[in-house]
Amino acid sequence: VQADGTDGNCVTFVLHDEDHTLGNSLRYMVMKNPDVEFCGYCITHPSESKINFRIQTRGALPAVEPFRKGLNDLMSVCQHVLNTFEVRVFLKSS
Amino acid sequence: VHTTDFPGNYPGYDDAWDQRRFEGVFRVDIIREEEGALEFDMVGIDAAIANAFRRILLAEVPTMAVEKVFVYNNTSIVQDEILAHRLGLIPIRADPRLFEYRNQGDEEGTEIDTLQFQLKIKCSRNPQAAKESSDPNELYFNHKVYSKHMTWVPLGNQTDLFPDADFRPVHDDILIALLRPGQEIDVLMHCVKGIGKDHAKFSPVATASYRLLPDITLLQPIEDEAAEMLQKCFSPGVIEIQNIKGKKVARVANARLDTFSREVFRHEGLKNLVRLARVRNHYIFSVESTGILPPDVLVSEAIKILMGKCQRFLNELDSVPME
Repeated sequence: VQADGTDGNCVTFVLHDEDHTLGNSLRYMVMKNPDVEFCGYCITHPSESKINFRIQTRGALPAVEPFRKGLNDLMSVCQHVLNTFEVRVFLKSS
Repeated sequence: VHTTDFPGNYPGYDDAWDQRRFEGVFRVDIIREEEGALEFDMVGIDAAIANAFRRILLAEVPTMAVEKVFVYNNTSIVQDEILAHRLGLIPIRADPRLFEYRNQGDEEGTEIDTLQFQLKIKCSRNPQAAKESSDPNELYFNHKVYSKHMTWVPLGNQTDLFPDADFRPVHDDILIALLRPGQEIDVLMHCVKGIGKDHAKFSPVATASYRLLPDITLLQPIEDEAAEMLQKCFSPGVIEIQNIKGKKVARVANARLDTFSREVFRHEGLKNLVRLARVRNHYIFSVESTGILPPDVLVSEAIKILMGKCQRFLNELDSVPME
């Protein structure tokens, strides 16, 4: 992970070894945050496996916060999906 | 098509992320569970996350497959590299969670990351065959090399680590090569753990796909001949005809079975009476496994891998100081 930007509000994270799999789902979770003014990701070049993930917040919130919240939200979504799925499999097999 | 329900997009709607609302709407239904295939529904989730699961199932769930082939003797017609390529594509029944990834640059391989297999077979002539027979099954021994001829050679303390494990290819009847008398194949294979992104042989699914649930609405009541024609336009079982007060009326019975061939739009009379759409957040997943791991285990592993990715970045965020 590398970060650079003008001030604390708009930061571009460079995530190595990632592609659309995490990029698109993380972008969706961060966009759901009402404090975020702009969020997007792009793949710098298809031969290299890294993405530029940019977050811009409105107000004085440091951009790392929505990033962290987005990751945590994505974790909790996955956890819930996993629990629901495993309960279903268990019910189906018994 | 991207979802547009972001906060601020539609005034008056509160679209901010709410875990409780998500948990209230979300559900999973398992439709069909067979030997190696699983069909299940996910309702209430977004395209980005559903696609992330599909991509991980195809490319990032690890499996064991033959990577290095040490050829001691190969006098068959099949060239060394072709034989090695074919051996790599054979699915190996070994639970990849019991093994580690091999370190970069490690040529030898240790017990915890390598499985060794041996294929040693020689074709010979059958002296008891009839004089004029031309059937190869009668004339020669061992002229077809199947995957059942691959035997596991335990490395180091693998016999103690896996006392009752039986590592072999998933299918016994995969034809690897054909031989004639005097030809033999003697190779030693190393299997390592890898992911589909690296080489497609490591992909644990035959295929993993999803589609959205079709949503067919009849804008006006359709009767008699038009109803019959409508039923023929869609896949069988989608439209059913009921007899109401003597007239035949069409009704959408089961939109799920439709393959969306859009045959309706070819008929002038029916074009404007039907609306074809998709339900936006109802995904019908179909996962077929190659046999290494059962499909429900594969889906669970894929979800855990996505969680692992998030955790990796959370850890990095906490450990590296941001300037």
